[in-house]
Amino acid sequence: MEVYLDNSATTRCYPEVGELVYKVMCRDYGNPSSLYRKGVEAEHYIRDAKETIAKLLKVNAKEIFFTSGGTESDNLALIGCARANRRRGNHLITSSIEHPAILNTMRYLEEEEGFRVTYLPVDEYGRIRMDALKEALCPETILVSVMYVNNEVGTIQPIQEAVRCVKQYNPSILFHTDAVQGFGKYRIWPKRMGIDLLSASGHKIHGPKGVGFLYIDSRVKIHPILFGGGQQRDIRSGTENVPGIAGLALASKMIYQDLEMKTALMRELKEYFIEGLRKIEHTVVHGMTDEGGAPHIVSAGIGGVRSEVLLHTLEDKGIYVSSGSACSSNHPAVSGVLKAIGAPREYLDATLRFSMSEFTTKEEIDYTLETLYNCVPTLRKFTRR
Amino acid sequence: MTFHSFLIKYGEIGIKGKNRYMFEDALVRQIRYVLQNVDGEFLVHKCHGRVYVDCEGGYDYEETVESLKKVFGIVGICPVVRKPVKELEELKKDVVVYVGEMYPEGNKTFKVEARRANKRYPVNSMEINCALGEAVLDAYPEMKVDVHNPDIRLNVEIREEVYLYSEIIPGPGGMPVGTNGSAMLLLSGGIDSPVAGYMIAKRGVEIEAVYFHAPPYTSERAKEKVVDLARLVSAYAGPIKLHIVNFTDIQLYIYEKCPHDELTIIMRRYMMRIAEHFAKKDGCLGLITGESIGQVASQTMQSLLATNAVCTLPVYRPLIGFDKREIVEISEKIDTYETSILPYEDCCTIFVAKHPVTKPNVERIEKSETNLTEKIDELMKTAIETAEVVTVRQESLS
Repeated sequence: MEVYLDNSATTRCYPEVGELVYKVMCRDYGNPSSLYRKGVEAEHYIRDAKETIAKLLKVNAKEIFFTSGGTESDNLALIGCARANRRRGNHLITSSIEHPAILNTMRYLEEEEGFRVTYLPVDEYGRIRMDALKEALCPETILVSVMYVNNEVGTIQPIQEAVRCVKQYNPSILFHTDAVQGFGKYRIWPKRMGIDLLSASGHKIHGPKGVGFLYIDSRVKIHPILFGGGQQRDIRSGTENVPGIAGLALASKMIYQDLEMKTALMRELKEYFIEGLRKIEHTVVHGMTDEGGAPHIVSAGIGGVRSEVLLHTLEDKGIYVSSGSACSSNHPAVSGVLKAIGAPREYLDATLRFSMSEFTTKEEIDYTLETLYNCVPTLRKFTRR
Repeated sequence: MTFHSFLIKYGEIGIKGKNRYMFEDALVRQIRYVLQNVDGEFLVHKCHGRVYVDCEGGYDYEETVESLKKVFGIVGICPVVRKPVKELEELKKDVVVYVGEMYPEGNKTFKVEARRANKRYPVNSMEINCALGEAVLDAYPEMKVDVHNPDIRLNVEIREEVYLYSEIIPGPGGMPVGTNGSAMLLLSGGIDSPVAGYMIAKRGVEIEAVYFHAPPYTSERAKEKVVDLARLVSAYAGPIKLHIVNFTDIQLYIYEKCPHDELTIIMRRYMMRIAEHFAKKDGCLGLITGESIGQVASQTMQSLLATNAVCTLPVYRPLIGFDKREIVEISEKIDTYETSILPYEDCCTIFVAKHPVTKPNVERIEKSETNLTEKIDELMKTAIETAEVVTVRQESLS
C-alpha cells in the first residue's frame, strides 16, 4: 500500500491538469509575445488563467502576476516592495516562523540593503503575538509579512486581526501574506481582508511545479527583481511559463470546487488521526487541533524516536511523511518553528509532519496508525544510549 | 592548432620485461574505457613499443585530455599533428607552420629530434635535424637552437605519416588498472575511503567495494551518495563491483548484547569479516580501508589490531600515515570531496557511544562477541545473501 501523507511538500497533479499541460506544451506552444495567431492563442491561456485566479480571490485580473513558484513570489513581494518604498522608511516586520523563502529574503534585505527587520515572537501554538506586532510598528515601517498557514505545524495566523492592527496604525503600510499552504484550503479574499500582496504556488494544490503567482493590489508600489523583455507589465520579465500557468489555473479551479466539503472531510480525518496518535504514549500534537489549525496538517512529536529513523521506517511500509519541513530537510537541522513555539526539547528531533489532501482516505489513515503502533515500540527499544 | 593524435608516454611499465605486453594491453583497455564517453571517434593502438590514440574526425580536445589524465600508467600525453609524408622541402614548410602556431611568442630555444622509423625515407635523421633546424631559424630569427637544455623539443617522426609533437601534458603515473589483481574496498560515505580506493587503484589494482547500510537508520540518499562516490572513483579505477550489505540486524543485535563502548569496534570486526567473505569469493587478494592512525577511536593502533585480527587477507591502508588535511587535498583533486561531505548519517555513527573504547583488548572483545553466538551466524548469512550487487561505471558525459 502506498500512502502519501506529505502533501504540504508537494502534491500529485490532477490528471486533467497533467493533460492540459501536455497539450499546451506540445500543441499550443506559441510564445505569448509573438504577433501571429499561435502567439495570441498562447496569450489567451494566460489571460484566462489570470481571470480564473482573480475570480477565486475576488480581485482584478490585472493584479495577478505569474512567477516560478512560492519562493519567487515571496522574493518579488519583499524585495520589490522594500526597494520601491524605501523612501517612506526602512523597517520591515515578519514572524519568526516563516518559510525560509521569507526569512532568508528578509535576512538579505537586512544584511545587504540596510533594512531593519523585526521578527515577531509566537505563542505556544505558533500564532504571532498581537501585542508584539503593535509594539513593533513604527513610523519607519513599510511592510509586514505574515504567513497564512504555517507549513510545519499548520497553525492559522490571525491575519485579519493583524491587518486591522497594521492598517489602523498606518494604512499605507503594505501587508503581504505567504499563502502557499493556505491557498486551496481556505477562501481568501485579499481585498476584503486588506491584504495587499499574496503568494501562492502551483504544486501544493495538485498543479505543476515551477509555477506560482503573486497577487499585487493595483495601488502597491513595487519594483521588478528580474529584468528582461518586460513581460507582465514589466513586473516579471521572462517568457511566461504558459503550460504551467494554464495548469495552475485549472488546478486552482478544481481545488476550489466543493471546497467546504473537501476540507470538512480532511478535518474529520485529521481528528480521527490525532485520536489514534494519542493512543501512542509519550506523543504530542503540535499547533492547534481545532479550527485554529489547517485541516490537512498534523505535526506530531513521538518521544524517544528520531524523526528521520521513523520516517525511513514508514517509508519502508510505503508511507511517505516528512520530518520538519521537506523544503529544508536536506540539512538535518533542528526545526526553528518547533523551537519558536517552545516545544519540549525531547520532541525537537522527534517530530513528523503528516499532511493530507482531498485524496487521503480513512483506510490510509488506519494503515498509518497500525504501522505506527507496530514499529514505534521496537524503535524505542533501540535508541541512542 | 588541431591535433590528430596523442602519443602516450608510459614510464614504469616500460621496464617490465616479458610481461610488458600485459601492461600495455591493460593500458590500451583503460584508455578505451575512459574515452567511451568523450565526443569523437578514437583508435587506440600499440605501435613500435608505443601507444597512440588517433582521433578520427572532429573530437573534443579538452575532454579527451582530461580523460587521459585519469588513466593510471600514463606519465605523459603528447598532442600530435599528423601530416602526410612528403619530400624534405615540403616537410620544412609543415614544420615551420607547426612552430608558428604552437609558439607565436617566438623567442624560445629549441632542438629538433627527428626519428626515421620509415627507413625508405631518403634522408637520414641527422640530415633531417639539420634541415628542419635551419628552416625554423630562417622563419623565426628570434628563436635559438640549444641542443642540451632547449625550451622546446620538436619531435619529428617519419612513419606511414609524419608525426609532429613538442608538448608533454603530465599524466597521473602509476600502473594500468588490471595489472595487479583486485582488492575489496570498504567504502563508507566519508572522505577517506574513496581516496584509499583511488590510491590502491593507482598501483594497477582492480577495485571492488562493499558498503554497509542500516535502513531505516540510514537513508536511501546515504546509499545514493556512496554509489556516486564509487562512480567518481571508477573514472580512474574502471568499473567497480559494489556490494551493498544491509547491516541493520547485525548492528542492533550487537547493540543489544554487547557493552556499548565496544559497539563500534565489534561492528567493524563484523564488517571486515563480511568484506573478506566477498573478497575471497571474488578472488580479491586483499582488503582496502581508509584508516589513518589515531584519526578516531576505532583507528588507534589498538583498535586497528582488534579489527585486523579477524582477517586472513592482508588489509591495505594507504592513508595510514596521512593527516586529514592531506587526505582532503587528494579528495579535492580526484573530485570526491564535495560528495563526501554531504550530511547523511552513515551506519557507523548512529548508535555510537559517547566514550567508545580507544584501547580495546582483543581478548575482551572476543569475549564480548561470545554473547552473540546464538544468532550471529544466521544474521551474517542473511546479510551476505541479501546483499545487493551493482556494477558502477564512470559517469556518462553525454
